[in-house]
Amino acid sequence: MGQRTPLYDLHLALGAKMVDFGGWDMPLHYGSQVEEHHEVRRDCGVFDVSHMTVIDITGLQAKEWLQYLLANDVERLNTPGRALYSAMLNEQGGVVDDMIVYLMPTGYRLIVNAATRDQDMAWMETQRQGYDVQLQERPELALLAIQGPQARHKVAELVSQARGQLIQQLKPFEGQSNGDWFIARTGYTGEDGLEIVLPADQAPAFFNDLVGAGISPIGLGARDTLRLEAGMNLYGQDIHLSVSPLCANMAWTIAWEPASRKFVGREALEAEKAGGVQLKLVGLVLEERGVLRAHQVVRIANVGEGEITSGSFSPTLSKSIALARVPMATADRAEVEIRGKWYPVRVVKPTFVRQGKALI
Amino acid sequence: MSLIPAELRFAESHEWARLEADGTVTVGISDHAQEALGDVVFVELAEVGKVFAAGDTAGVVESVKAASDIYSPVSGEVIAVNEALADSPESLNSEPYTSWIFKLKPSNTAELEKLLDAAGYKAAIGE
Repeated sequence: MGQRTPLYDLHLALGAKMVDFGGWDMPLHYGSQVEEHHEVRRDCGVFDVSHMTVIDITGLQAKEWLQYLLANDVERLNTPGRALYSAMLNEQGGVVDDMIVYLMPTGYRLIVNAATRDQDMAWMETQRQGYDVQLQERPELALLAIQGPQARHKVAELVSQARGQLIQQLKPFEGQSNGDWFIARTGYTGEDGLEIVLPADQAPAFFNDLVGAGISPIGLGARDTLRLEAGMNLYGQDIHLSVSPLCANMAWTIAWEPASRKFVGREALEAEKAGGVQLKLVGLVLEERGVLRAHQVVRIANVGEGEITSGSFSPTLSKSIALARVPMATADRAEVEIRGKWYPVRVVKPTFVRQGKALI
Repeated sequence: MSLIPAELRFAESHEWARLEADGTVTVGISDHAQEALGDVVFVELAEVGKVFAAGDTAGVVESVKAASDIYSPVSGEVIAVNEALADSPESLNSEPYTSWIFKLKPSNTAELEKLLDAAGYKAAIGE
């Protein structure tokens, strides 16, 4: 038996098909993964993401430490509530994890992946030696994501007036506390929406309110196709310990300036840049029928080979799409091997769908 | 609980087979199989004229989640494939027992007897 979120019983009652995800029993879907996907793009849906790890960072040197620990620079978070996406690297420039960092009134809040929890905590422990900084995991909190064009409007009507107002006022990539809730306008779907951190004992009632108001529960299956269409990396597939962020479409998350800021992995990334980055993460679109899958081989004429890191069927585009790591010189055409046969694919920027609209 | 029509035969690999009045055998996948696969988005069909032994790979069903081989439950020659699945693969989810995948001219109808009956299949999938 895996770990359970506070909503486990509700998932079962709603008919969820449960699967193991990083040691947690999580809902894969509640009937149809494709329908759930469309629901989020067209209207909105609610995801239980309480398996993710919330870590609060406090202490006199919290900022200084995060500036050393992370490839992005928390200095960019100049007002409380701002959020930042960052990689945490090892000395070789490989990705230990990716995360969202919020500036809180009393420090910082990190939300990291569930499957990497142990790796992250062990890494952070070794890196914090010599810093006046405290790490506090918050397993007593639940995390719900409500995503889709109608998400903020619908949630605002179900909560207190003060929280409703806050939800209407939040800017993209901003999060604020209200009482014991932390409400952020962030997500992992390419749609507008919210991520709400709240005490675990309040989560079932709130989740019930949302579902009762007609907001569909959405499983991890649709979460994966939504993030893939949005071109967002999944840790363990598109990024991992032996992948550099420069080869993962994450160059924009690395704060090179100020040049004086030393962060873990900086030297390795600088050497990689100086030598010429060899690989890039691109999008692939299969125009024929079939489904692209992780680990299929990509062949680029006169250039070389690459590999699909994430692939699936895109419900919005009604065709198969993938993220693939390929040689830097790859242009706009390639081929993918599916069961011994080579299929032509288009190479595109790895953002397929945003805010309900096809971009390719 | 999945649907298991009493008049069908089943392979342990979750295909159903129906002996038609004209002596041909129609093949599809069970309700239990479609439910386990999730939303089907693509079906790779066998070629008409191909000859299979019982248990040979006879196509692939791809759901959003994964690709799964389908196996010929009996030996025989493929005489028809359901081309309508190209445009509506999801019918394997909505109507698993009317959405057939291929039809065989069996080389030995006695092989049908080796397949599970409805009660045997029900037990095999633990229902």
